Amino acid sequence: MAHLQLDTGLIDRCRELAERIAVPISGMIAKNTTVAIERAVLRLLGVEGAVRESQGQFFPEVNVIVEDLHKEKALGKGVLSWFVNGMIQKKMTAPELATVVANRKINLLTLPRASDKEVAAKAIELAQKSVETLIARREQRDALRKKLHDPFDPTGKNGPLIYVIVATGNIYEDVVQARAAAQAGADAIAVIRSTAQSLLDYVPHGATTEGFGGTYATQANFRIMREALDDEGQKLGRYLRLTNYCSGLCMPEIAAAGALERLDFLLNDAMYGILFRDINPKRTLVDQHFSRRIIALSQIVIHTGEDNYLTTADAIENGHQVLASQFINERFALNALMQPHLMGLGHAQEMDPEHPNVFLKEIARAQMTRDIFPEAPIKFMPPTRFKCGDIFYSHLMDAMFNFVGVLTGQTIQLLGMPTEAMHTPLLQDRWMSIKNAKYIFNGAKDLGREIEYKPHGVISEWAQKVLTDTLAHLEMIQAKGLLKAIEERAFAEVSRTETGGKGYDGVIERDKGYLNPFFELL
Amino acid sequence: MATLSKTAKPDLKKLKPYGDIQGDGTVQLAFTLPVEPSPEAREAAVLLVQKMGYEQIKVATMEKAGEGFAFFVVYGNLKHTIDFTQIKVLKVDSKKRGRDEIDEEIRTKIGRKLKVFGACTGYDAHTVGIDAIINMKGFAGDYGLERYQWIDAKNLGAQVPNEELLKIAEREGADAILVSKVVTQHNIHIRDLKDLIKRAEKAGLRDKMIFVSGGPRLTHPMALECGFDAGFGVGTKPSEVAGYILDELLRRKEKPVKAKAKKPAAKKKGKTK
Repeated sequence: MAHLQLDTGLIDRCRELAERIAVPISGMIAKNTTVAIERAVLRLLGVEGAVRESQGQFFPEVNVIVEDLHKEKALGKGVLSWFVNGMIQKKMTAPELATVVANRKINLLTLPRASDKEVAAKAIELAQKSVETLIARREQRDALRKKLHDPFDPTGKNGPLIYVIVATGNIYEDVVQARAAAQAGADAIAVIRSTAQSLLDYVPHGATTEGFGGTYATQANFRIMREALDDEGQKLGRYLRLTNYCSGLCMPEIAAAGALERLDFLLNDAMYGILFRDINPKRTLVDQHFSRRIIALSQIVIHTGEDNYLTTADAIENGHQVLASQFINERFALNALMQPHLMGLGHAQEMDPEHPNVFLKEIARAQMTRDIFPEAPIKFMPPTRFKCGDIFYSHLMDAMFNFVGVLTGQTIQLLGMPTEAMHTPLLQDRWMSIKNAKYIFNGAKDLGREIEYKPHGVISEWAQKVLTDTLAHLEMIQAKGLLKAIEERAFAEVSRTETGGKGYDGVIERDKGYLNPFFELL
Repeated sequence: MATLSKTAKPDLKKLKPYGDIQGDGTVQLAFTLPVEPSPEAREAAVLLVQKMGYEQIKVATMEKAGEGFAFFVVYGNLKHTIDFTQIKVLKVDSKKRGRDEIDEEIRTKIGRKLKVFGACTGYDAHTVGIDAIINMKGFAGDYGLERYQWIDAKNLGAQVPNEELLKIAEREGADAILVSKVVTQHNIHIRDLKDLIKRAEKAGLRDKMIFVSGGPRLTHPMALECGFDAGFGVGTKPSEVAGYILDELLRRKEKPVKAKAKKPAAKKKGKTK
């Protein structure tokens, strides 16, 4: 594979800065929990039920239980401190107790109390069992990968993985589209979420058939799609990967559900939520850490959302913002015990197609991302910003994107769609795009091994410039602190404040006796 | 046919698509049928295209796009024509000009800064459009409204509820509200736009400000149908929006009565329906 001659001293310095930037964030994470973490803990214990609201909609039991405790300012001790005591007092299993508490037949706060020692011991025992379940699910998934042909190599040596989205709003229709995509050659299917979901402070319940711009992420929907892909994979003799969205206000819960339903990829990025969904920074950084602990145990590959920076900020001028954020995201992942082979750092081909020599700059960016994070399964996102209704031109843009992807050894290629600017992909759009990618990935398979980058050529110089700018950007962020820098538009030209945004009221300072054995066991 | 092929000029009374000679009516179509590719599937495609009003139909390709799905590319010559001379389209009424000219006109004719609030409403989280119009940077070399000296523009960002947008606009005494809608699944954009106007009417704000919408799938007539004053589609530049707001404001300044008369008329229409 051709590589750029990048200044490794600069790269090391960037990593040191990212480590220092993460220190105060880690301190903040260690002091707090959130309503979403506490709900995830109950889900890990097997609480999956829902209560019917007055409008006939289902609302998760975990939300009722956690909200009631939050109203009484009792969550600083951790939900398990109350819930496990309830299990001891009532001699009930977690799902049994959850149902009666969610229906408000039992008040966890007024029950007699077992000793703290007894509650803690029981909590550890329960958490241990949950962790064993997660491990069993992971092993089941890994066995299936081994049994079927698995084309995935994190370092990108097998060529880019073909990744497409389905987004009908109806999980059963999604299955039809996903199967057709797999038959056409897709290796990974992402079920796009309904556009509102990242801002819901609960995970919708059950199988769903209506969504806007996508399909709700629910544990039941995960299961339906996983079963379909397992079945289709058996028929095709190829392991099919499933992706969903572990971002927004329910990160830890989606991580738990994703781990239990054997998902392979999860989009997981607090920075994305802060900048593009206006989610409170503290809330989502605390949530992200716990979700990544689950993800690390379950060996799920995360995808980060830096590609989005280039949709609001100019892609030629702001490559350094993407790279700076990737260094920070890498550090956050390491701090949550994730290894590099699970870090699907995101970037995109979003430069103005009319810019002179635009492909030289795109190749520089793609190759340097590959070379700076050699073990990471890099996620390469297609052009969107300059996509237009001219679907033929769009298809050509995607072809060049595929060419850059295979040339520079990207790991996961999210295929562009000719109709990107118009609607969620039709079956035929996906089919055309997969045909396009297969043609180019096959035809230029070993091109990257045949070429060298000219030292001090346009590509090398551009990469060096972006790296130098990244270092300066990280120095600025380190000096100001990450949250202050975000407030001053360090990324994507968006400003967010430490206490602004959605979900701040769901951040809770941990008491001294905070009980959550998952932090030790995951 | 014979008269058409002799002339290089299109017959505007009988306008047809142009392939490689005048009046051939050539159209390319692409679609998927939910059946396996087969001679019967091919015939079904031909018959469907026939029903659409085409003749000399050629199936360029029939491909298996998944189990139980046949994808077609088909060419046909359209039988129908349109009288181009009779076509009328509702267009945004505004003179095109640059930022400096607009700023100068606001200064001399209005004499105060225009207040403009923009947002992606409802669950829509796609801010590309509103960012391009409002943010300093603008779009395609045309600076955003923030850059105008005589416009006080604020971009409220994504997923702003309609009631919140109106509350802010009322509190701040907005001259214009800009709403961007990108997501169109199940016609959610239309519902959201209509809802905003309904709420504005209820709050007595409908005629106090100019309501402008925009988005890749929006047109001016669609916006009018939703009760807005104007709609802008894909590729719109900030100066076009700024120019329109200024022109509309000046129009209302001249004939304030007319703007008010619009509301009861629209309401009546709704009631009779």
